[in-house]
Amino acid sequence: MTLITILGLILILIGIWGMLTQRNIIKIIIGFSIVDTGVHLIMVSIGYLKDRTAPILDSAVSQAEAVNKVVDPVPSALVLTAIVIGLAVTALMLSYAIKLYEKKGTLDINEFKELKW
Amino acid sequence: MVKKIFIVIILGFFAVMLLPLAKDFTPFQELSPVAEKYVSVGPEELGSANLVTSVIVTYRGLDTLGEVAVLFIAAAGIGFFLRREGKNDKTAKRGSSLILQSGTAFLFPLILAFGVYIFLHGHLTPGGGFQGGVVIASGMILLLLSSASAKINENVLHLVESLSGASYVAIGILGLVLAAGFLDNRFLDLGEFGTLLSAGAIPLIYSFIGLKVGAELVGIIDNMQKDQS
Amino acid sequence: MTTVIIAVLGAIMIAAAVLAIVQKSLLSAVIAAGAISLLASLLYIVLAAPDVAMTEAAIGSGLTTIVFLFALNKIRKEDKHG
Repeated sequence: MTLITILGLILILIGIWGMLTQRNIIKIIIGFSIVDTGVHLIMVSIGYLKDRTAPILDSAVSQAEAVNKVVDPVPSALVLTAIVIGLAVTALMLSYAIKLYEKKGTLDINEFKELKW
Repeated sequence: MVKKIFIVIILGFFAVMLLPLAKDFTPFQELSPVAEKYVSVGPEELGSANLVTSVIVTYRGLDTLGEVAVLFIAAAGIGFFLRREGKNDKTAKRGSSLILQSGTAFLFPLILAFGVYIFLHGHLTPGGGFQGGVVIASGMILLLLSSASAKINENVLHLVESLSGASYVAIGILGLVLAAGFLDNRFLDLGEFGTLLSAGAIPLIYSFIGLKVGAELVGIIDNMQKDQS
Repeated sequence: MTTVIIAVLGAIMIAAAVLAIVQKSLLSAVIAAGAISLLASLLYIVLAAPDVAMTEAAIGSGLTTIVFLFALNKIRKEDKHG
């Protein structure tokens, strides 16, 4: 429904603002995780049809009338995969942060100047 | 000061780009044609009652294979970054409190059984391989946190993970040889709709995915907590 | 009724997101991010997607918080020793 789509949009904007303004690397990674949550909310809310129920066939929804009573199952499948991959990427970024802290002793992103001109 | 103006401009650009999603979005009234085909044809063709499972395991099975591969690459990357050469865990870990130890002794078998139940019944109830694997990994983390001298046997972990991944691909190739295509689940009998032993090879595939995801997540946690005191 | 639920949960989520970015202490920021994932899993149930709700509750507010806390522990331990 539209309210949750707007909520996801606001979460994406807050996450991008966090990634751009913060200087601590761990805060940047937290901002990335918030962007991820917002995007998943938008994707699942697009697949929602009004007044319909979950896509599982049991005593509530029989096989013959499933087409009229069931929410779209494809966005759920996509978001399931995306959540697990989001966790793996966050863990990889945190291991980068640990190695960077071991080399330089600080977590401020303005101190890492080797790639600047 | 210039940096602040840049940040405001970039945020405004993103907001303008995402604005039609909020304003002009009319919610759908009917299922899209692809979803209609999956919902109407799926249960008789594949025999699974959970429609999301039938989409993930067979209709979009290649995406799941790719996702398992991405998880493996991320776990390998973390293991590569956080290795310690030649350093042993000589620092003794601090023991945990009595509540944690007795609670873990009671809860750990229940959590393991719950995780196995979730991925075995993936085609009948909400759940499946990913959720079951994550629950098993959480149980293992509880064990690691509670007892001071618990270690994960790394050889068994690598063996379980590799065997599960290889069996997943082997079942896919069996589907290619014995049924209509790669990762087709109809080479086993479809059984009666709604019972545990139905839906062909879907419980088997989901069990292997669940074991692989669980073993991988335990490997990631083990790499990150090594050498802690 | 569902509109009231979504509005209340949404307001708490936005407040937690702003808190997670602005806070100085890293521990509070990590726990606020875990709270966002927990409330998002409630919204997934309102949207009739139970598989996604289960996955988001287990991974988002369980494993992600644990991974963040392990990383914070390693960073502070390096600080204490070196």
